[in-house]
Amino acid sequence: MAEAPTALLTTADGRPLKAALATAQARARRRAFLLVLPLLAFVLLTFLIPIVYMLKRSFEHDGFASSAPALVAWFKSNPDFDPMNPPEEAYAALVQDLARMQVEKTTGIAGTRINYSVPGSISLFKKGAREAASLTPPFKESLPALDKEWARPALWRGMASASHVYTAEFYKVALDLKLTDKGWERGQDNERIYLYLFAKTFLISAIITLLCLLLAFPVAHLLATLPMAKSSLLMILVLLPFWTSLLVRTTSWIALLQEQGVVNNMLVALGLLDDSGRLAMMYNMTGTIVAMTHVLLPFMILPLYSVMRVIPPSYARAARSLGATSWTTFRRVYLPQTLPGIAAGSLLVFILAVGYYITPALVGGADGQLISNLIAFHMSKSNWSLAAAIAGMLLASILLLYWLYDRLIGIDRLKFG
Amino acid sequence: MALPTYASPLERIWYYTYLVICCLVFLFLIAPILIVIPLSFNAEPYFTFTQKMLSFDPEGYSLRWYDTLLTLGHPAPETPRDGTWWAAVWERATWVQAAKNSFWVGLWATILATTLGTVAALGLSRPEMPYRRLVMALLISPMIVPIIIIAVGMSFFFAKACVAPDSAMGFLFGWALSEKGCLANSHLGVIMAHAVLGIPFVIITVTATLTGFDQSLIRAAQSLGANPRTTFFKVIMPLILPGVISGALFAFVTSFDEVVAVLFIAGPDQQTIPRQMFNGIREAISPAILAVATILVVISVLLLTTVELLRRRSDRLRGVTGR
Repeated sequence: MAEAPTALLTTADGRPLKAALATAQARARRRAFLLVLPLLAFVLLTFLIPIVYMLKRSFEHDGFASSAPALVAWFKSNPDFDPMNPPEEAYAALVQDLARMQVEKTTGIAGTRINYSVPGSISLFKKGAREAASLTPPFKESLPALDKEWARPALWRGMASASHVYTAEFYKVALDLKLTDKGWERGQDNERIYLYLFAKTFLISAIITLLCLLLAFPVAHLLATLPMAKSSLLMILVLLPFWTSLLVRTTSWIALLQEQGVVNNMLVALGLLDDSGRLAMMYNMTGTIVAMTHVLLPFMILPLYSVMRVIPPSYARAARSLGATSWTTFRRVYLPQTLPGIAAGSLLVFILAVGYYITPALVGGADGQLISNLIAFHMSKSNWSLAAAIAGMLLASILLLYWLYDRLIGIDRLKFG
Repeated sequence: MALPTYASPLERIWYYTYLVICCLVFLFLIAPILIVIPLSFNAEPYFTFTQKMLSFDPEGYSLRWYDTLLTLGHPAPETPRDGTWWAAVWERATWVQAAKNSFWVGLWATILATTLGTVAALGLSRPEMPYRRLVMALLISPMIVPIIIIAVGMSFFFAKACVAPDSAMGFLFGWALSEKGCLANSHLGVIMAHAVLGIPFVIITVTATLTGFDQSLIRAAQSLGANPRTTFFKVIMPLILPGVISGALFAFVTSFDEVVAVLFIAGPDQQTIPRQMFNGIREAISPAILAVATILVVISVLLLTTVELLRRRSDRLRGVTGR
């Protein structure tokens, strides 16, 4: 062949080698992706779409917008009206809509929508709709005569805002803002229930994480340094709780810690406690913290153990032989090497604790409830949009922590047993 | 960590304190699980040890709470225990129905999660997989995202995810959906929810097994003339089987223990053991719960043993010695 030596390398069928390689790699990528595709589609349908749908619900509510067309039209043409003193035509539109709601039986959903920002609106709307047909003009006089709440500027602000289907109002409520006559304002300090509960959830989770770390560290160290045969045996004691039903573990803690429970009975029998002075360790914050620490402890032990196992003992021996005390050896040589395990375990326990629902619901009583329980509470009260908004905020904080976990540790390093 | 010969007296004291601390932590881990076993044989309706139990008087112990599991919901509990009585237990007893539901939901959720998860894990561990990190993060996230958020999202979406009974979809899936043709209040909905919660465990265990997997074995099989199906069943599957089974057991346990999603998306026909326990603990707490708990502890011991044996076998196969 008399071809120049600089000619392109080609495959047997004459295609440039570079292009052939690109095609082959593209095919390999496509094949790998095709294997993942069925699962991806399934997760999309049963996990991602429901969550996106929930987030949509946290911004969307057409309960009022769809059932009060006249007032919605009026708000649209008068976006700058004065809520302190709405004109007669606004009242006329409102009365017309109320009469219509009574006929179409939409009072409930319209009232529910306004109720998010102006509490008490459901009964107000029900009463107003019942009487609407018998009201006479001027409605500006007759409607407030029925109930002076109808002239409240906050209610008019609320209705104007609810005339839009999409709104950030539920997030405002979830951030403890209150709709007053002057607009959205920060509530009193003692009224900030949602932010308070968020702070409390994070604080309790931090306490639980710290407790888990303190309990897990010596155990993980023991497991990592014992001979293999002994440590595998002890490992079963760590893995058994991990495999035991969460409800079983919660039930056991109730049996142990309740007022007539095993621990209190033991203390009374030993004479350490008066029969009347039994400790209240269940159905309060203590119950939540103790039971959750127990439930989450294996999630701390396992990552710590897997890091400690590969720390060579010769480092500590070298430090000792160079004159370090045992405390210095631990602090300067051993502890820094366990940091990846501490980070992995702590983040995992914290993430799981922040979203915990079952244990606080069963053993938390009144003051041991966390943010998840509040979401469930609002779901049971049919405050769906508010529940979705609080869930959206919780999701945002969890995703932030998850991102942090991925950056620091990497999700593919997650392992069990 | 054995005590070095040059340890000072103070270090010796500290070392023994450390061992005591470790023992206490192990006690904290295991005692709450073991305590339910003797308590479930209580003859009295209490959640604590009675005097008679502590003095090992046989009268203090009984099987009455295990008996309750059979008779609760039984139409005629007092009649003689013949064939019809046991048939009624199988068909009507509340706890037996819950156990049957839990078992079937768990089984189908496990099959769904394990097949989809194993195939996806094979794709994920190929070096050519595009967007590997992102996809992995998405597939693991059902374990990280709080279950309450997933449950709320599903309860909104499953109530809207309906098919008309006379459509083609209704014909195909109608039997597994609720009466209105929706995913909410249906067995299929619960199975799908539990499968998605079990998937992270399958992905994690199977990809962990595949990290030690020699990809050239696939090429070797193909060069020797095996088609993709033979390669999969004769070469890949035997090597990753321990990981797949562990993942499947994790998925089954996840489903068998799951209560929040069931509370939000299931109807009265999908009563499961955890849901029955959850309601039992919230409302009228009776030692019958402890009897169920004891049975569940026995099951988890069996599962744990299986997984440990599998893990050792897998380590042996892959040439990893020790733990």
